[in-house]
Amino acid sequence: MTNVLVCIKRVPDVAGEVLLSEDGQSVDARHVGFTVSPHEECAVELATRVTSASGGTATVLSVGPADSAEQLRNAMAVGCSDAVLVEADTVQFGPADIAEAIADVVRTRAAAGTSYDLVLLGNDAADTGDFQVPVRLAYALDRPVLTGISTVELAGDRVVARGDGPDGTEIFELPLPAVIAVMEGGVSPRYPSIPGRMKAKRAPLETVTPDFEPKGSGRVRLTAPTPRVSTVEILGSGPSAAPAVVDLLLELGVVSK
Amino acid sequence: MADVPGSARVVVIGAGIVGNSLVYHLARLGWRDIVQLDKGPLPNPGGSTGHASNFIFPVDHSREITDLTLDSMRQYKEMDVFTECGGFEVARTEERMQELRRRMASAKAWGIPSELVTPEQVVEKVPFLDPSVIVGAFYTPSVGVVDSLRAGTIMRERAQQLDALTVVANAEVTDMTVEAGRIKTVHTTRGDIDTEHVVIACGVWSPKLAKMAGVHIPLTPAVHQMISVGPVPQLAETTGEISFPIVRDMDTFCYERQHGSDMEVGSYAHRPILHNPEDIPSIEQAKLSPTELPFTEEDFDPQLEQALELMPELLGNEQAEIRYAINGLLSLTPDGAPILGESPEVKGVWSAAAVWIKEGPGVGRLLAEWMTDGNPEYDAHGTDIARFYPHQRSKEHVAARTSEGFNKTYGIVHPSEQWNSNRNVRLAPMHASERDLGAEFFEVAGWERPHWYASNEALLGEYGDAVMPREAEWDSRWWSPIINAEHLAMRERAGYVDLSAFVVFDVVGRGAFGAVQRIAVGQMNVAPGKVVYTPIIDERGGFRADLTIMRLAEDRFRVVTGGAHGNLDRKWFSDRMPADGSAVVVDLTSAFTTIGLWGPRARDILGSLTESDISHSAFGFGTCQNLELGSLSVLASRISYVGELGWELHVPMEQGARLWDLVRAAGQPHGAVPVGIGVYGTTGRIEKGYRAFGAELDSERTIVEAGMMRPKVKDADFVGREAYLKQRDNEPESILCTVTVDDHTSADGTKRYMLGGEPIVTRDGEALVDGHGHRAYVTSAGSAPSIGKHVLMAYLPPDAAVLGNQLAVDYFEERYPVTVAAADATPLFDPDNSRVRS
Repeated sequence: MTNVLVCIKRVPDVAGEVLLSEDGQSVDARHVGFTVSPHEECAVELATRVTSASGGTATVLSVGPADSAEQLRNAMAVGCSDAVLVEADTVQFGPADIAEAIADVVRTRAAAGTSYDLVLLGNDAADTGDFQVPVRLAYALDRPVLTGISTVELAGDRVVARGDGPDGTEIFELPLPAVIAVMEGGVSPRYPSIPGRMKAKRAPLETVTPDFEPKGSGRVRLTAPTPRVSTVEILGSGPSAAPAVVDLLLELGVVSK
Repeated sequence: MADVPGSARVVVIGAGIVGNSLVYHLARLGWRDIVQLDKGPLPNPGGSTGHASNFIFPVDHSREITDLTLDSMRQYKEMDVFTECGGFEVARTEERMQELRRRMASAKAWGIPSELVTPEQVVEKVPFLDPSVIVGAFYTPSVGVVDSLRAGTIMRERAQQLDALTVVANAEVTDMTVEAGRIKTVHTTRGDIDTEHVVIACGVWSPKLAKMAGVHIPLTPAVHQMISVGPVPQLAETTGEISFPIVRDMDTFCYERQHGSDMEVGSYAHRPILHNPEDIPSIEQAKLSPTELPFTEEDFDPQLEQALELMPELLGNEQAEIRYAINGLLSLTPDGAPILGESPEVKGVWSAAAVWIKEGPGVGRLLAEWMTDGNPEYDAHGTDIARFYPHQRSKEHVAARTSEGFNKTYGIVHPSEQWNSNRNVRLAPMHASERDLGAEFFEVAGWERPHWYASNEALLGEYGDAVMPREAEWDSRWWSPIINAEHLAMRERAGYVDLSAFVVFDVVGRGAFGAVQRIAVGQMNVAPGKVVYTPIIDERGGFRADLTIMRLAEDRFRVVTGGAHGNLDRKWFSDRMPADGSAVVVDLTSAFTTIGLWGPRARDILGSLTESDISHSAFGFGTCQNLELGSLSVLASRISYVGELGWELHVPMEQGARLWDLVRAAGQPHGAVPVGIGVYGTTGRIEKGYRAFGAELDSERTIVEAGMMRPKVKDADFVGREAYLKQRDNEPESILCTVTVDDHTSADGTKRYMLGGEPIVTRDGEALVDGHGHRAYVTSAGSAPSIGKHVLMAYLPPDAAVLGNQLAVDYFEERYPVTVAAADATPLFDPDNSRVRS
């Protein structure tokens, strides 16, 4: 029986133009609402699969504002059985602080009798993109760590993890306990069912407050890149455009000769 | 990319269902040089049409909305984008079953086949519904779904085939130029267009566009939540878009609509979530589309549980995932009706907003007809943008009323139900006194009007059963027997009525006589001091108003009309003033208040207040005079809408409280009582057979059919004269009758009293269809306490409009016998009108 802790972050659900807040410290979510990154959606899916195979439980954790409960409930709607919210101002919390907050929960829960042999995180946060929390967490917990992983499977007291490397699929085998950072692409995350959604509403959600002073990220401000100008090239019109379309499709590799 | 043309006859902004329907119908009616713009791409520019659930339930309690829906269904079918699937409105409670029985009345009144069915009959067609949750349902086989985007494309293409239309997508309107009160130029990101007409068909963005022209379109974007669950194994075998009837779960304000192998659940149950048109994201900023906002789960969670109760196996399937969930934006208006027509604020700026998919093509046709010759086939007074008074266009009013109205979308709304929010906006000068008298206030156009007075409760003892008490809660909701007691006291002694809500305006100037003579059907070539009650009709001879005009001087006419529709009347007059400026309309609504004093003792009461001779010979019926009442100078007009001797007393608003006190004090020794609008608007008029605009009279009715012909037609030309003469020469297709209810006893022994809208049928329950193809229904219903009858008015086919004809009225699925008591305008009470002329 392996318990999994999967960590998610509430981030603006940006699909088009990115708006920044006035102070440049965060992304403005006025029009778009909130979500978690695709990496984390895959991590939640993997946590659900691993624990339903092993008979353990999947706990979902987030460090963030009280509203992160929405994302925690969404994760519980697709299979996590309980949730921990470390309530914190994420603008004040840098990657090291977040790693420390997660490590505190892992230790506290272990002391209380629930050990998380596997901690899954997204490879990087969708809004700030620091790529730091998994490695720092592993360091804090003194565990081995993998990043860029697409699938995980348990094999006794070891975990087999696969990820895309420069020369093809890389396969790792690690002893548990371990920390793994997940990249999207290995599994397709499910949507909640109505019963799942209703179960999630009543599932336990523990809120804790970190008991240390955050060091911060040292970030001065975010800037939005200048939007790329999209250009439209008209290939032609009517039947005479067909050869140009065929050439383009060949070039894109969508069709082959 | 193409730029916009430099000029156009009309610019239609918006390529949703409304804009697309409109350009087609304009082109069909001969318009050319139409330019249609949208800031988004085609065929789905990102407005509410793009995420609509696209289903149509034709039965509505409103005749006009039902007509627009039926017309739209015909158009969708003709375009081959309509799929009939049937639809249930299911009831979980007995109270809702009652409402469904009332819905049956509307279905019968508008001639739409429907039936009430058992839970088991629902399950026969919707096998995944749990019958134990419901007590019954209302089934309409003609319910269907449409492809509104495809319909839009077809209609645009038809207009293009007529060489009438240029469509420019991805062109955003940035501003509008108005010159001398008329639209001149529409500015866009692709260039400027000079035009005579602009139509704002921009759905939730309409207020923002309207503002560019200095116009108000009082609607607000609001959220309607919707999820789609699937794939559902039970639906896996279905082919095409829809195979099962749509289910409206009326008590939970939700619907379930199958869509391929998915089930959509939509809700009107959550808290009202309003948005500012200015804050809707741009196409670039939005994740899905600008009108598909992020789903807020916590608002929807209660509906999930209720939906699960109704369809436990289907929606409770763990494999069926919530694949799509949005907070979709739609448009809400303060009174729930669409906003159509030319703005009263700027000429040439038209609104085509707050329209559902079910009405879209019908609205397109209505508006195109309206823009072409001013006379759409379907009556539009209830949807006319000019109906809004200034306070009703304010953001606060819109927010208050739409928040209150949102949850009534599937609610059980009593025909007399009053709004709670944003009340006490327009108060009569005698308001404090009325409050002290225990007035029960009803609102019209923002005015607080006493409907009856608790202070008259003692009259109940005086009149006993003559007040026609009502046993059923529904019949007596928003009603009191005190109304009938006030009525009897007025008929016996006298009553005084606060009529502050009247719309009052003068037509003044050298050309005033010519102008009113041309607008009114009645003869206006009368001496100053005459009061003329006259219909106002349009070129087709359809009713636009009925009102009184006092000739105060050679060059001054004072028009007095009802508060509910008076705004439209004022626009009707203003739009028809001479081009040379020789006559103008001056609004005096807020300058004057009116108190009506009527009853056999009215002359004694008024006489005690003035030294003037007000005898019948000195102050005849249909005349007006200035009287000194104490220190007040009062314009007294001897007419009556309740069929009694008496006067309308007009004074400057700030003297209204004093006049009220004078009349009260003078009335006391004569036993006069304050009388509410319950008498003035219903009981007093109905037993006199007086017709009301909006009930018996609208643009689809004629003077002849309403039985309001005078022996002669004036020689002078007036709007609609030709049509009216023709109508007089022909047999009417329909005749307005007054019928009385013979027996009120229902199956369970309760006496029931109809409230209006019910179908009139033969004693055997057969429908009565008039020459227009319309079914007979009750236009007004009310007590006639002086004759001890409950009275209904209805247009009947000529062969049924026979005095003494025995018919029936359907009320909550029971039939009650009625008899035709008047087949013309003859009053049931005082048929010789001796009282008003005494």
